[in-house]
Amino acid sequence: MTLFLPVILPLAAIVMLLFSYKLNRLQQFISIFSMSLLVLLAIHILLEVISNGPFAMQAGGWEAPFGITFTVDLFSAIMLVTTALIALIVTIYSIGFLDKTRKQAGFYILIHGLVTGVNGSFLTGDIFNLYVWFEVMLISSFVLITLGAEKQQLRGAVKYVVLNLIGSVIFVTAIGLMYGQMGTLNMADIALKLREIEHTGLINSSLMLFFIAFGIKAALFPFFFWLPASYPTPPVAITAFFAGTLTKVGVYVILRFYSLFVITDLTTWQMIVMIIAGITMVSGVLMAASAYDIRKILSFHIISQIGYMIMGLGIATVIGLGGAIYFMVHNILSKTATFMAGGLFFKYRGSYDLKEIGWIYKDKPLLAFLFLLPALSLAGIPPTPGFFGKLFLIYGGFQAGAWEITTVAIIVSIITLFSMVKIWNEAVWKKIPEHSKAVDKKTLPVSSFWSTLVLVVLIVMFGLGTGLYADYFFEAGRQLMDAELYINTVLK
Amino acid sequence: MIMRSEILKIAALHLKPLLLVLSLIVLYRGHNEPGGGFVGGLLAGTAFVLHGMAFGAECTKKLPLVKPFLLIGLGLMFSLLSGFIVVLFGNDMFMQGLWINIPIPGITELKLGTPLLFDIGVYLVVAGMLMLVMLSIMEED
Repeated sequence: MTLFLPVILPLAAIVMLLFSYKLNRLQQFISIFSMSLLVLLAIHILLEVISNGPFAMQAGGWEAPFGITFTVDLFSAIMLVTTALIALIVTIYSIGFLDKTRKQAGFYILIHGLVTGVNGSFLTGDIFNLYVWFEVMLISSFVLITLGAEKQQLRGAVKYVVLNLIGSVIFVTAIGLMYGQMGTLNMADIALKLREIEHTGLINSSLMLFFIAFGIKAALFPFFFWLPASYPTPPVAITAFFAGTLTKVGVYVILRFYSLFVITDLTTWQMIVMIIAGITMVSGVLMAASAYDIRKILSFHIISQIGYMIMGLGIATVIGLGGAIYFMVHNILSKTATFMAGGLFFKYRGSYDLKEIGWIYKDKPLLAFLFLLPALSLAGIPPTPGFFGKLFLIYGGFQAGAWEITTVAIIVSIITLFSMVKIWNEAVWKKIPEHSKAVDKKTLPVSSFWSTLVLVVLIVMFGLGTGLYADYFFEAGRQLMDAELYINTVLK
Repeated sequence: MIMRSEILKIAALHLKPLLLVLSLIVLYRGHNEPGGGFVGGLLAGTAFVLHGMAFGAECTKKLPLVKPFLLIGLGLMFSLLSGFIVVLFGNDMFMQGLWINIPIPGITELKLGTPLLFDIGVYLVVAGMLMLVMLSIMEED
C-alpha cells in the first residue's frame, strides 16, 4: 500500500482542489498541505529502503509478470524525496509569484497532476504503465506551459507539444516491438528473459527506439531543440518546476532501462552513450554562452547538465552511476534554485534581459547571493554539491579510463562558470544601463523570496554534508547496476 | 450561431434523456461486454453537446447537471475510492476487485463491484471533461 501512496496522495489532492475550484486561499492551503505530506511520505519510503532494502508491491494482488508492479530501490527513493521537496518549494514560491488569473485557471491542480505522473514514473515496474505515467506528466505540462495563453507561450508550446508527441509515438512503437519479441512488459520479467534469448536484432532496435524516445524527453543531443524554444516562455515558477523534474524523469528512465536491458553489445552502447553525452554537454554550454536572457541561459544549461548525468551512465561503474545519481539530485535542487532566483530578479527589475538590468547587489545584496550560491553549484565550486557531483563523475571517469569524456566534462565546467559569471556581472554588478527599457518594480513577493532562501540553504547544507551520505548514493549506484537484485525484488 | 433549427431543438430535447439512459446501460454492461465507463461517459457528454448545438452553449451551461469541475472531481474520487474499499476490509491489496451479487427475482442478477465503481468514476470524468472542452469551444463563436 505504501508504494501506491505517492501517486494516490496528489490525486486525492486534485479531487479536493477540483471541489474548491476558484477558492484561491483554500487551494493554496490544500496544495501546501498535500505537498508537505508527500515529502514526509517520500522520506518514510526512503528510510524503509535504507533499512530493509528494495521492495515491490503488486496492484490488485495480481502476481508480478501479469499485474502492474510498483517497486522502489534506493535510486527511485532518492528521486522521490528530491522531487517531493522541489514540488513543495515551488508551490510555495508560486503563491507570491504567479498572477491570480493563472492560479485560478488551475495551476495547483496541474502541478499535482505533474507530480502524480513523475512519482508514477519513478515507481512503476511495467513499461506500459510507465507510458501512462509519462502521458499524465506530459498532458499536465502541456497545459501548464500554455497557462495564461500569451502569444510567446503558445509559440513555444507548439514546439514542445509536437516534439513530445513524436517522442510518445516512438515510445509506443518501441513498446510494441518489445512486447512482440518478449511477450511481456514487466521490466523485471523482460530483464530475466533477455538473458536466455538468442536473437537480439529486434531487441536492439527496440532499445534504440526507447533511447530516442527518452532522449527526446531528457533533451539529449540531437533531440533537444524543443527545450530552449519552450522552457523560457512560461512564468519562471512553472519553468523552475519543469527544469527540476521533467527532463530528469527522462534521465531516470534511461538509467533504469540501460542497467536492466543492455546486456549484449555493451561496448557499442557505451560508446554511443559517451559520444552523445559529450556532444550534449558541449552544445548546451556553448549555446548558453551566446544567450543574453536569464531564462534562456539557464534553459541551455539544463541540456548541458543532462550530458553529465548520461556520462555517468557511459562510465557504468559504481562510482560513475553513484556520481550520476548524486549529480541528478544536485542538479534538480540547484537548477530550480537558479530559475527561482532569476524569477526574483525579474520581479525586482522588471526584465529577464541581461542588457536591460543591473545593480542588484547595490539594492538587495541577499538576493544576489541567492543566485550566486546555486550558480556556483552548477559551475562546480567547492563546497557546493555541484563540486562533489563533478568530482565523483570525473574520478569515476578517470578510474574507468574514459579520458576523452572526462576531459570534455572538465572543460565544459569552465564554460559553465563563464556563463554563470556573465549573469552575475550583468545582472548584479553592472550599473543599470541608462537607456534601459525595463521598469523597476522593486517588489519581492514574500513567499517566493523565503522559499528560494530555504532552497539555497538546503543546497549549501546538502553540499557540506556530502561526506555523511555519499555512501548511500554509491549504494544506489550499486543497486542500479545489480539487475539480479531488481529481478528478485519484483519476481520474488 | 444565429440560425437555430426548431427540428434540432425538439430532437435534442427528446434525445438527451434517451442518450443518458443509453450511456448508463453501456456503462453497466461494460465489465463483460463492449462498453464501459469511457464510452458511457462520451455518450453522456454527447447528450449535452447536442443540447448545446440546438440551444447554444450559454443555455446548456445553465442545466442542473452541467457542472464539469464537480463531475470530474466526483469521478476522480469514485475511482480512487474503488481502490481503497478493499483496504478498508483489512486486505492490503490496493485496487483488488470486490463483488456483491444482488439477485433481482425473475429477471436477472445485479453484479456490483469495485471495478464498476471505478468505471462510474471514469464515466463522470469523461462526461465532465467532454462538457468542459466542447462547451468552451462552442462558446467562442
